[in-house]
Amino acid sequence: MTDLPRRVLAALGLPIVLVALWWVLSAHSSSFFWPPLSEIVAAFPRTWTADPIMHDVLPSLARLAIGYLIALVAGVALGTAIGSFRTLRALCEPTLEFFRAVPPPVLIPVIALFAGYTGWTAKVITIALGCVWPILLNTVEGVRSLDEVLRDTARSYRFGRTSTLLQVVLRGSSPRIAAGARQALSIGVILMVISELFGANRGLGAAIVQFQRSFAVPQMWTGIILLGLIGVALSGLFRLVEHQTLAWYRGLRQAERGA
Amino acid sequence: MLDVDGLTKTYDGHGRSVEAIRDLTFHVGDGEFVCVVGPSGAGKTTLLRCIAGLLDNSGGTVTLDGTPVTGPPAGMAVVFQEYGRSLFPWLTVRRNVEMPLKEKGLGRAERAAKVDAALASVGLRDSAGAHPWQLSGGMQQRVAIARAVAYEPRVLLMDEPFAAVDAQTRAELEDLVRRLWRELGITVLFVTHDIDESVYLGQRVLVLSNRPTVVLEDVPVPLPDNRDQLETRSSTSFTETRNHVYELVQTAKRGGRPAHAG
Repeated sequence: MTDLPRRVLAALGLPIVLVALWWVLSAHSSSFFWPPLSEIVAAFPRTWTADPIMHDVLPSLARLAIGYLIALVAGVALGTAIGSFRTLRALCEPTLEFFRAVPPPVLIPVIALFAGYTGWTAKVITIALGCVWPILLNTVEGVRSLDEVLRDTARSYRFGRTSTLLQVVLRGSSPRIAAGARQALSIGVILMVISELFGANRGLGAAIVQFQRSFAVPQMWTGIILLGLIGVALSGLFRLVEHQTLAWYRGLRQAERGA
Repeated sequence: MLDVDGLTKTYDGHGRSVEAIRDLTFHVGDGEFVCVVGPSGAGKTTLLRCIAGLLDNSGGTVTLDGTPVTGPPAGMAVVFQEYGRSLFPWLTVRRNVEMPLKEKGLGRAERAAKVDAALASVGLRDSAGAHPWQLSGGMQQRVAIARAVAYEPRVLLMDEPFAAVDAQTRAELEDLVRRLWRELGITVLFVTHDIDESVYLGQRVLVLSNRPTVVLEDVPVPLPDNRDQLETRSSTSFTETRNHVYELVQTAKRGGRPAHAG
């Protein structure tokens, strides 16, 4: 149990040092764009009151959640299909590589042409389109590299289609799918902000841009810090889920290394 | 019971075809223990996969109880050589054994009883809650055997199941398979490259030729049903049969083929 305090200290050590540095170095700053951290901290509770949280932060997070879930479902479904059938894979792979290479932010104007700038649709589509690629490609790879012997085992015991898919194929690919989903999460946070930079008037990203344009510099900084905190919280949440569902994979890897 | 008639298998690919199995014909009776040996590369695994319905044959037929095998048939269980890759690493030992029974549609209580009995019969009652990768290789193969036993197959196919375990574990597992075979009255087709093992285990040993594969000789094993690692292996009839099979495998390696076949 002496391990736990040490790990907490290790995790918090660098952030504490950085914040302290920021605090000290900015303490006597008179630059307008680089206010003292104490000023930013003081501005935080004034800036993020109930109203902006209800009307900026939560809608942004809701769009992220919807877009991410759509990407997860579509990516895993398509990826499983493509990974399972060689012909389909041969047909799709070059096209997929092309679409993956297109940065999603450049699609925002195109999506906006069809779905409008201000509504939720364009933003959710942007997030989903950006998140889907790592999930899709990792699922394809995970399904494709599933052990032949496991497949043969499932076949020889006459597993049904559904349980082969759910219990064998998806379970077996889950470490790769999780790796893709983790990448997608950080892309999703970025796109959540970027999708609001064009013509949106509410949302976390839009709020930060508005603070910047109205020279509310400490408020702008609080927005950036809030984004960072959201990122940390989401990745923590992701880790928690992964820790629960992929315990077997960690054990397997450890056993293989030990052998 | 199990009839293999004129089985051929040719692999096509990359513009050339490889004839793996030319013409295999043999019969395995109900409740028999038959071993298949042959030089490495004789297509033993190909044969087993064709019988298991995991691989389409190019010609001839495999029939189980009069029904042609076109896909994995009911009442057949396979134990693979790669035990580590055949068990589901995300399931515990208990769930691994239980999975096929669930697929069979058995109720919870019935499944629990069969899983308990199967795990007890391979001596793994205490490891039910462990994950396969927490166990030694020999224990993992026991789990695979328990899974096959719980499934209550009429035919058990084993593909070099003990090739990757150490010699002592191997002897234990051999006796385990013999015991289960006698207790359960199932039919066992056991593929191995180990000549001693084939004679020790089988009632008959089918010696395969080199590629393209045919049956070189069907050797009966004149040993009693009660076998013992020490006594049986030092008996004269064991040594004689073993030497005969050894000669045959050497002949096969040199490319020897039976007089009547190409």
